[in-house]
Amino acid sequence: MKNQKLAALKAAFPNTIPIMTGFLFLGMTYGVYMRACGFSFLYPFFMSMTIFAGSMEFVACNMLLGAFDPVGAFLMTLMINARHLFYGISMLDKYKGTGLKKIYMIFGLCDETFSINCTAKIPDRIDRGWFMFFVTLLNQIYWVVGTTLGALFGSRLAFSTEELDFVMTAMFVVIFIEQWQKDKKHISEFAGLALSLICLLIFGPDDFILPSMLALLAALTFLRAPIERGGEI
Amino acid sequence: MSINQQIITIALVVIGTMITRFLPFVVFRSSRPTPRYITYLGRVLPGAVFGMLVIYCLKNVSVLTGSHGIPELISICVVVALHLWKKQMLISIAGGTVCYMLLVQLVF
Repeated sequence: MKNQKLAALKAAFPNTIPIMTGFLFLGMTYGVYMRACGFSFLYPFFMSMTIFAGSMEFVACNMLLGAFDPVGAFLMTLMINARHLFYGISMLDKYKGTGLKKIYMIFGLCDETFSINCTAKIPDRIDRGWFMFFVTLLNQIYWVVGTTLGALFGSRLAFSTEELDFVMTAMFVVIFIEQWQKDKKHISEFAGLALSLICLLIFGPDDFILPSMLALLAALTFLRAPIERGGEI
Repeated sequence: MSINQQIITIALVVIGTMITRFLPFVVFRSSRPTPRYITYLGRVLPGAVFGMLVIYCLKNVSVLTGSHGIPELISICVVVALHLWKKQMLISIAGGTVCYMLLVQLVF
């Protein structure tokens, strides 16, 4: 049993290396940002432990600086994080039968964890549940360590980490290619790129995710018959 | 904002985030068969979502000003080429990122 977990951890770790790089630097940026906004390092630490959704934590920082508006904060969170609904629907089958650790895996289902767990080719000898559990756990550890380090020591570091953000873009591009190669028809990939781009141009960078999701849902529902024809997707 | 108001705000952000993550799993419990439409969505959504995430990463790139998104475009081409050639995730990501950093620091 112990060996099984260790083997899963060893198999999971290499898949998380790009996220380690990205999260340590993005997390540090967030930690520095929180400190610059006047918060103690305890804030980014606890927020990364409990919220664990990168962009949402930046927005939450602004909420804390503004007037007290609990209903607004709650509704804003639902809108910004609505994309998680898509991750959940996509992982319903994969997370099935993974026991109690499923609760933590759902709690930690951020963009990057979803991407790895959705596309990783898990070797047959490895326990799938533990593999996905460790991907989730490692990713959260990177994020919490990154934010805390940034908050504690960030102001003393004088190097620019901005360009390292590209690690995340590169990772999503790679995952997009992997998914592309997995699917036989590429209608959903094209729809994802095209509709999001159109929505970005219409609604702007801060408000395009929700319209994109609605447009994708409508398009995929409308195209269900042609996509499902022949059985392959 | 008082410390209590801050705690309430953070708690609501946590609850909101958890709702978006747990809702599909609560609505479609494993004990009951998942509706066919949802199973279909589960199969086609990843491709669409990854497309959306790529756009999401590039949302602040301005095509009209600055470097016109050229470093991003070149680096993404490098990532795609490396990945189709070597099929090694880490090589593709590292190669693309190094390319991007060099372009931004030395060329643009």
